[in-house]
Amino acid sequence: MRRETVHAWLLLTPALALLVAFTHWPAVATLWDSLSSTPRGARPAHWVGLANFAALMDDPVFFQALWNNFIYAIATIPVSVVLALAMALAVNRAIPGRAALRMAFFLPTMLPMIAIANIWLFFYTPDYGLLDQVLGALGFGRHNWLGDPALALPSLIAVAVWKEAGFFMIFYLAALQSLPPVLREAGALEGASDWYYLRRVTLPLLMPTTLFVLVNAVVNAFRLVDHVVVMTHGGPDNATNLLLYYIYETGFRFMDTATAAALTVVLLVILGALAGFQFGVLGRRVYYR
Amino acid sequence: MLGRRALLGALPVLAAPAIVRAQTAQSLTFYYPIAVGGPLQAVMDGYCADYKKETGVTVNPVYAGNYGDALTKAQTAIKAGQGPHFAVLLAAEMHSLQDADILVSLDEIGLDADGKKWVDSFYPAFMANSHVGGKTWSVPFQRSTLIAYYNKQAFSEAGLDPEAFPKDWAGMSKAAQTLTKQDGSGRVTRWGIKIAGDLGNAQWTFGALANQVGQKLMNEAGTETYFDAPKTVEALTYWRDLAPRGTPPGISAWPVLSPDFLEGNTAIIWHTTGNLTNLRGKAKFPFGVAGVPGKDSPHTVVGGGNLYFFKHASAAERTASLRFAQWISAPERAADWSIKTGYIASSPAAYDTPALKQYVAGFPAAAVARDFLPVATGELSTFENQRIQKVLTDQIQAVLNGQKEPGPALADAQRESTRVLRQFL
Repeated sequence: MRRETVHAWLLLTPALALLVAFTHWPAVATLWDSLSSTPRGARPAHWVGLANFAALMDDPVFFQALWNNFIYAIATIPVSVVLALAMALAVNRAIPGRAALRMAFFLPTMLPMIAIANIWLFFYTPDYGLLDQVLGALGFGRHNWLGDPALALPSLIAVAVWKEAGFFMIFYLAALQSLPPVLREAGALEGASDWYYLRRVTLPLLMPTTLFVLVNAVVNAFRLVDHVVVMTHGGPDNATNLLLYYIYETGFRFMDTATAAALTVVLLVILGALAGFQFGVLGRRVYYR
Repeated sequence: MLGRRALLGALPVLAAPAIVRAQTAQSLTFYYPIAVGGPLQAVMDGYCADYKKETGVTVNPVYAGNYGDALTKAQTAIKAGQGPHFAVLLAAEMHSLQDADILVSLDEIGLDADGKKWVDSFYPAFMANSHVGGKTWSVPFQRSTLIAYYNKQAFSEAGLDPEAFPKDWAGMSKAAQTLTKQDGSGRVTRWGIKIAGDLGNAQWTFGALANQVGQKLMNEAGTETYFDAPKTVEALTYWRDLAPRGTPPGISAWPVLSPDFLEGNTAIIWHTTGNLTNLRGKAKFPFGVAGVPGKDSPHTVVGGGNLYFFKHASAAERTASLRFAQWISAPERAADWSIKTGYIASSPAAYDTPALKQYVAGFPAAAVARDFLPVATGELSTFENQRIQKVLTDQIQAVLNGQKEPGPALADAQRESTRVLRQFL
């Protein structure tokens, strides 16, 4: 073997070992587990083929969790990204109290999701929680925010947007700061309106950031379930059951590791497909300087 | 040959420190849940500090969340090969823990004559979830019954007798409706009653409601459920029909029942007796404690946690765990825990201690839960217990939210639980 090849492998080994140990091996092990039965006490696991997946097809809660996750994703992703951009544009210019405003926008990101969920638990308390008190003063009635199936998922979505938008704002803000001011001046000379400049110059130049933020938002839409644990436990009647929470519930509450592994494979496939779409299709339309 | 003999000769020497260490387990870890308010962690830490002073053995109490969380944490840690040596877990998890094959029976750890006497010293009702296959698998630690807490001030204000809590369903509904108060705009400022319908708690409350019409939710073996029995449907219908005039429509969650009660947002809650001391310390109004009603006469459900011992611990650790369990459930400690929480002391002997006698004499509410033990049923306890709990709770929630009728909802629950339990028949 050539000396360079040996060197190359030696240099790659640490990263490769980490990748295999923490990413690829667990994924393969999960796939294997999803094709076996759950070992219980004296009954060891045995090969069951696709039976776990077939059982999922008969599981209405699985489909509801998928649907809930879909709603959750298509609501949180665009809203938090647009909000982040708007906030970044707002605090990018010289306005009084800029530092305080930036901090206020970023604050929710610094708090752990568990703490946020507990704060919102108070906001959402029926009758005497903050929201109901404000709405009550305006003459509205009582809302069981987390106990009503029609309101529970939107309530969780609001919490997620509140937490995420500030985080994405930081990336947009950094990107905006790095735009060369000469473009702004050139635009002004040509008589471009603010809206035109935003649409034709700023937004295209922000595309790499937008792609990065979108990837993060998509991952978070499937990954962030801490508030489900604190606020609803997936209830009422699975109205807020998201895919990852359902995996947790199946794997660690019901100790049904085989079904949980099958669910994880489904989640992996979904995330893989989304990542492929984002990098393959969207990525090609992004202009990198 | 020589090599092997030398090796064999060296073995006892090599093993000696390990044996010495094993014979005197100096450090134990256990998980325990808290399902009520109040500074109970400090109380538990205090017991373990006392034990250390008395015996020199360190016991690390690990607060592990609510009952569901504690179960998850203990099982996961044991699966990973380093769980606690023993734990306080829901008494109703008996069948599931057996199935997981992680428990060691008290008989296997070894009970001498004193030990046997100790096992026989508990209230028999609390040992109901402890025996399987002729062996004893757990002992009661913090046991409870579902009881009613009611705001006496609200009772007087609504023209009800604060010393006469309703004993039957009709009276209960009427009282709840009378207690619900609206302001000028029609907004409710005080609800009559709140009952927990969230996951992990709905099935417990519902066990009491079913018992109130004389229906059990499962068989003793934990392999069958009776969710679609006509009387079960009757119980759920009663619960649903308390809304909207007596109780808010939809789900009320266990963790907010106490704050709701203390805020005056609801006049009555059904909660565990383990919450008594917490509410007593915080209520700014006179409140009463009573047995929950029944269709004809009061009936309730037992609940709470038992001490379980785990198989993966070494022989010495098991013995040491058992010794600690005996110490912490001794009458004086049981009495103290009962006073500090409101849980029913686990043995009759605890009620003969001067401390608890005096406490009950000065605060008769402390004995209410115990007095309703004879009309209490066991709580929902099956194989795959967490899954069955959720199957039932999902349908209860669908009914309380008006998405389904009680009959079809409970038929769905029964179908699903039959499917899950099929393998255990």
